[in-house]
Amino acid sequence: MSAGTTKIGVTVTDIVPLNDLVTRFKFERRDGGLLPTFSGGAHTVVEMKAGGTTRLNPYSLMSDPADQTAYTISVRRDDEGRGGSLFMHRNVKIGDEMVISYPVNLFAMDLRARKHLMIAGGIGITPFMAQIKQLVATGGAFELHYACRNAALGTYADDLTKAHPAKVHVYFDDDKQAIDLEKLLDGQPLGTHLYVCGPKGMINWVRKTAEGLGWPEETVHYEEFLAPQSGKPFKVRLAQSDLEFEVGEHQSLLEAIEAAGVDAPYLCRGGACGQCETDVIEADGEILHRDHWLEDDEKRAGKKIMPCVSRLEGRIIVLDR
Amino acid sequence: MSTFEFPPSIISRPVYGTLAPRSGKHHLMIADGEGAEALFDLAAKDAALMARADIIYLPVEGDVSYAEKLRDIAPLNLYVGPSYSAAVPRLRRVLQSAHMGLQVYLAGTEGLIGQAMFEATSAGIPHNAIQTEHRGSVARRMQCVHCKGITENVMTDPFVCAHCGLHLFVRDHYSRRIAAYQGVCVDAEDPGNVPPAVRLYS
Repeated sequence: MSAGTTKIGVTVTDIVPLNDLVTRFKFERRDGGLLPTFSGGAHTVVEMKAGGTTRLNPYSLMSDPADQTAYTISVRRDDEGRGGSLFMHRNVKIGDEMVISYPVNLFAMDLRARKHLMIAGGIGITPFMAQIKQLVATGGAFELHYACRNAALGTYADDLTKAHPAKVHVYFDDDKQAIDLEKLLDGQPLGTHLYVCGPKGMINWVRKTAEGLGWPEETVHYEEFLAPQSGKPFKVRLAQSDLEFEVGEHQSLLEAIEAAGVDAPYLCRGGACGQCETDVIEADGEILHRDHWLEDDEKRAGKKIMPCVSRLEGRIIVLDR
Repeated sequence: MSTFEFPPSIISRPVYGTLAPRSGKHHLMIADGEGAEALFDLAAKDAALMARADIIYLPVEGDVSYAEKLRDIAPLNLYVGPSYSAAVPRLRRVLQSAHMGLQVYLAGTEGLIGQAMFEATSAGIPHNAIQTEHRGSVARRMQCVHCKGITENVMTDPFVCAHCGLHLFVRDHYSRRIAAYQGVCVDAEDPGNVPPAVRLYS
């Protein structure tokens, strides 16, 4: 299969519920060999086979990047989502065999940085878990500011605070604690790089504040995984493959293309990497662009679509695929 | 002539732009000679910028007329120094105590821009976040690839290395690390066969 990256067959060797919403899963290679090393910030795409459909969701790797014996991911249950995280929480058991992808890093640290300033919101903490382990091993300077709802839902907040009391700052929304962002960004030494992972609102707030204070865009790194949203069903026609089929309510356009047996390119499945960009030949309806890959004018022009997260509201879309 | 349009060349060759005001609480401007004119243009675009600006200015050939006019645009600090090397300790001090968000503006000759760029990138600023504008002399700062000596203010091609005396061909191959173009022996294959020196860009 040319799409995505190389696959690895793994066994689920541990499942640890961390709190009401988040559960940690451990994967080890089925053939007993070592997993590839990765760099902090990388994710893996987990294949979930439920009924007749296959769902592929990206999750940040949070284990030590140098540990090749196992990968761990932490999955936040999304009751309103399309069911990927619910599948992980409800259906996956210790001993299950699963398929994951080789690691891909779209949220890599810039190792030229003098200091890494990390801002996490909620489950956005996971890539930083691996990055911090990498920085501790290499002696890199870091500081983490982690906002979460409360102590009970502050996944890994205790572990991190215990391990790095001077470097980790936790803020609880329920106690009206908030990051004093302007002050925080204003006092950073030259050569600091900024990393943010969390909800869209937080990413926009951090990027905008940094821009206003004159931070070069090369020093501001962010990662937001967009889960494909459900929507009304619509028809798609693939001109090259000469196929026509329907995209279901809880199916993404990319998943529908794959279900039709077409090997379409992808990498992040979250609207960030640009790999799945597809030319639109014709659209009878409105394209709902949900990625943050295409520029605003490209979105308006309607000649391109990112099928991993975007869909059509209308009758039919014809793609050059 | 204050401005000059360099002919397109290989990707290694630095290209220069036009200084534009950027948002930020602290601005560092380094200029030599006619580079001061680029700072006047910048002040005309946003006069408020200068109240947050440190200027390091190096007159060329003792011409201090620009230095007096720089005082008129009322920067927060103005340092006028005798040479780039004399200004380096001050430049490093400013960079050491600066915070993220510092904006760096470089204007003047290629040698000044390149060397100040090296200091700023060494302090942790990405090179493409630093604004540059070429003004004044088009002379080059050249490194002899054979003896590694630096010859300043090279105006002809080929030229004689000020350190080892070889006749060097002026290349567009540039090193950001040493802030200099590379000069390569022009008569290595046929010693003594040195083409006549021509003025750069003529």
